[in-house]
Amino acid sequence: MYVSLNWLKQYVDIDNISPEDLAEKITRSGIEVESIERVAPESTNVFVGYVESCEQHPNADKLNLCQINVGTETYQIICGAPNIAQGQKIAAALPGARLPGGVKIKKAKLRGVESHGMVCSLQELGIDEKFVPKDVADGIFVFPEDTEVGTPVAELLNLDDVILELGLTPNRADAMSMLGVAYEVAAILDKEVKQPEESYQTSDSKAADLVSVKVEDGELNPYYGAFVIEDVTIGASPLWMRNYLMAAGIRPINNVVDITNYALLVYGQPLHAFDYDKVATKEIVVRTAKQGERIQTLDDQERTLKGDEIVITNGTEPIALAGVMGGANSEVSDDTKTILLEAAYFDARAIRRSSKHHNLRSEASARYEKGIDPNRVKRAGAYAARLLAEYADGKIAQGVVEFDELDRKEKQVKIDTASVNNRLGTTISDEEIASILTRLQFGFEQDNSEFIVSVPTRRGDISLFEDMLEEIARIYGYDNIPYTLPQGEAFAGKLTTKQYLKRQLKQYLQGAGLMETITYSLTSKARTEMLVSPDVKEQAVYPVALKMPMSEEHSHLRLSIIPELVDTLSYNVARKQENLGYFEFGRVFLSKEEQITEQPNETARLAGALTGTWMEQPWQQEKKPVDFYVAKGIVEGIFAQLDLEPVFQQAQVDGYHPGRTATVSHNDRVVGVVGQLHPTVQKAFDLKETYVFDLDIAYLIDQYEEVPSFRTIPRHPSVTRDIALVVSEAVHAGDIQRTIRESGGNLVQQVQIFDVYQGEHMEAGKKSIAFTVLYQDPTRTLTDEEVEASYNSIIENVKTKHDAELRS
Amino acid sequence: MREKLEALQAEAIEKVQQADNLQSLQDVRVAYLGKKGPITEVLRGMGKLSPEERPVIGELANKVREAIATALDNKKSLLEEAALNEQLQKEAIDVTLPGRPVKTGGPHLLTSIIEEVEDLFLGMGFEIKEGPEVETDYFNFEALNLPQDHPARDMQDSFYVTDHLLLRTQTSPVQARTMREYDGNKAIKMICPGIVYRRDTDDATHSHQFTQIEGLLVDKHVRMSDLKGVLLEFSRKLFGSDREIRLRPSFFPFTEPSVEVDVTCKVCDGKGCNVCKHTGWIEILGAGMVHSNVLRMSGYDPEEYSGFAFGMGVERIAMLKYGVDDIRHFYTNDVRFLSQYHKA
Repeated sequence: MYVSLNWLKQYVDIDNISPEDLAEKITRSGIEVESIERVAPESTNVFVGYVESCEQHPNADKLNLCQINVGTETYQIICGAPNIAQGQKIAAALPGARLPGGVKIKKAKLRGVESHGMVCSLQELGIDEKFVPKDVADGIFVFPEDTEVGTPVAELLNLDDVILELGLTPNRADAMSMLGVAYEVAAILDKEVKQPEESYQTSDSKAADLVSVKVEDGELNPYYGAFVIEDVTIGASPLWMRNYLMAAGIRPINNVVDITNYALLVYGQPLHAFDYDKVATKEIVVRTAKQGERIQTLDDQERTLKGDEIVITNGTEPIALAGVMGGANSEVSDDTKTILLEAAYFDARAIRRSSKHHNLRSEASARYEKGIDPNRVKRAGAYAARLLAEYADGKIAQGVVEFDELDRKEKQVKIDTASVNNRLGTTISDEEIASILTRLQFGFEQDNSEFIVSVPTRRGDISLFEDMLEEIARIYGYDNIPYTLPQGEAFAGKLTTKQYLKRQLKQYLQGAGLMETITYSLTSKARTEMLVSPDVKEQAVYPVALKMPMSEEHSHLRLSIIPELVDTLSYNVARKQENLGYFEFGRVFLSKEEQITEQPNETARLAGALTGTWMEQPWQQEKKPVDFYVAKGIVEGIFAQLDLEPVFQQAQVDGYHPGRTATVSHNDRVVGVVGQLHPTVQKAFDLKETYVFDLDIAYLIDQYEEVPSFRTIPRHPSVTRDIALVVSEAVHAGDIQRTIRESGGNLVQQVQIFDVYQGEHMEAGKKSIAFTVLYQDPTRTLTDEEVEASYNSIIENVKTKHDAELRS
Repeated sequence: MREKLEALQAEAIEKVQQADNLQSLQDVRVAYLGKKGPITEVLRGMGKLSPEERPVIGELANKVREAIATALDNKKSLLEEAALNEQLQKEAIDVTLPGRPVKTGGPHLLTSIIEEVEDLFLGMGFEIKEGPEVETDYFNFEALNLPQDHPARDMQDSFYVTDHLLLRTQTSPVQARTMREYDGNKAIKMICPGIVYRRDTDDATHSHQFTQIEGLLVDKHVRMSDLKGVLLEFSRKLFGSDREIRLRPSFFPFTEPSVEVDVTCKVCDGKGCNVCKHTGWIEILGAGMVHSNVLRMSGYDPEEYSGFAFGMGVERIAMLKYGVDDIRHFYTNDVRFLSQYHKA
């Protein structure tokens, strides 16, 4: 909402406060002033001039050589505007004038002829292009004939006005009118509100003879009032009205339309002027639209109605989409003689639906859908009728033809001083509350510290105690509320184990060299089909699709973080950042249903992606690229953080390198994957060797035992034995390791691989793997015999199970 | 005898002085103090001496032996020190060459802010709650006093999944869920950080995905002054102990009264600059007293309980605190951005 302060002055006294101070006070007490702007701060030395003569420039077809009288002197000015003509009164910027945008007017020679100034368009004077009336949009502005020559233009065009832009929250629909803003300002400054003059003289005609009104549904349209104004002359509205409309951001059109808009801005009450003769049937019927019914609205759009809109009809066909926009078939034009003026109250939700469905917002719908003041409907109509008589020479027929089931009662809200203070933490007195209510111009009955407040109908947002509490608090001033701390029971704040572990894991990964990312949860459908971890895939889940995505790239919720991480790597590599390690602790969204009806399973995953060099020490010629074992080591570390034991098994997973990928399991349950991306995937993302991991961290965190039992620190020495085996190169070290563990008996504490060899001195197709087995019993020293027995059992087992030979 | 011993001492010490390495020094030791050495020989010949001379010569022989031994030891120390110095010299390296890098990663800036805010509120006795991102229309809107067709729903254009499921537009549903969980008869002090979604085209100041932290305190006798006190404490801890806050009336359907909270601009210390649009204040939070409808819908009797709620955009806090100029940086994950906020 744009508020012209010159206009506002007519309703409330703001003479003794600067625009800046006023804006600050308005902001601090409830409505945010988003900007303070002068209409045209820099226009000086621009006067109304009379075009005494206007001839073609001797050396230029498109320029005119004009003699312009500004009262004291006549100036020769060259003007290129197509609409300039002898006899007009125009805005002449004289040498020395300054115009918005830093333009300085100087004497100049144009094609060999001197020009002493410039004839201005409204745009050049600082009026926003979109509010400039269409008939002068491509040329200079022409003042009414009775304008006095030599008057400074700034004054005439209201260029010295200050416009406050109000950012209105949905509850403050009352401030979508000049009167509403006046009430707000009056409350803040403790002033009175001056009401506009609404009385008018009528002709001999009777409205009831000229039109009938029928409303089919009093719920949707509790009030419809039709005024009839005859013998109107269509023309321009007065300059001051045009100025205020432009200041409010509305383009002037003609006197009738401007007057309805002007009254709308004063009262916040939408009005509509029909060309009475085009209504033809002399009948207004308000009803619900029929499905498939069509109407062409004033914006020249042909609209097919859904069926639940309210329409104004002439008994046969729609002539307006009620509360939103009029119809082209009843539009006021230059030959309109009689106006049928509608002042109505429509149900907010119905207008909101209609406006939303047709994606059509208007000044009218914006007000109707937030709720208007039932006590201003008829007043606004009367005011507009009065203006039509005055500025369009109209004759107002007697009476208003109406349908009226409108509830105009004020709501009563009870408040008491103690409750107000208890809730605010203040010590406001009974007198202060009474004074605040008076300033707000709310009626009330007071019984000591109890008040029954009658809330004016313009404040439809107030119906509860808290609503009144807010009114009192904001006028009292939030700054005057003290600072206290809650008095209730004290709690100890603490992270839950899961929250703590999440932080712990993130710290571990950062320590391990990975950078945390946060990527979008919304991704493309194609991405939901790639790089899904086997443990997710086996649950037979579907991605969650948006009903109306904004783009294909963000149309589905992800099933895997990996595609986003890989994309992030790709983005960075393309920017020459080649050695990267990322992790993300985020959610995936798994639906059991193809057509989702219930909330999906949102579960936390911990994923990582690495590419490029992992360790580098250039001057020592050390350069170690990321490999499978780096990624696997990080995964092992994650398990170690949770005190869990992972099992890795070679696996074929879509999108992964078939020979360099393992599923990760815990207690025989697959919980994720670690491996190299398949070269085709790498290529698609323009990546070199890239390793990723993806774990069901929600499950793993659940497995964590909060208080692990104490493990005795061994006091007796351990014994180690090395075993070097030769096996076929297809045998997996991890399998032998497991055999050693299982066959060595419970004295075996640890089996470590310390060497893997293949090549020279080794039979083709064979490799050697060396293990260190650590034996220990925390309670006693071991004997040679029992270690020997275990060792022998191990050798026996690896020979039979893995066809292993002891390396000589 | 005496002369011989004295000559031996002079000779041995001379040899000790001449020895230039540990081996030759050892040779000297063996030659003079060894079992077959001349001093042993002298001592062995003591039997031929008169009883008067014997102790005198014996004492002298021991003195000579000690003097030689001391000279040997001293020389040995010297030689060892020299050898060590030589070794140290050989081992010298160029300490100006770069060290071996220890690769470390770091947290995302949003995580840092979230954890900082979490820790602040944990310190004030709040707990941390989470909730689903695919939320029901009921918890996202209705339970928060936003019925169907409410004009305030326009404030937040939403991504719907079905007619009654959507990507949550705020973390407030977690408040509604927590109130329900607490059965309407327990005090609540919680904050809920989380990802939210709105139908916005991504640009420098808008993101279809962003992060919020909301907080809720419900108890008997909660006052608006308590909200001011808690938020002042929070703002000073997060932005600096000299910050002031101010409350401006605003509107949120789930709170009444509703306020927006500004903190003094840290760029200009409240004097007015481009960052704060010359107001001296920066908006950081929305807050208010929990609406009685919300309390009632979640099972709390508004006659008995009252509460306050507040919410902030984490990206906004990060942008203000670190001067980040484009919200998209948080989701592009450019390593050159991420690594600015920790020591990699």
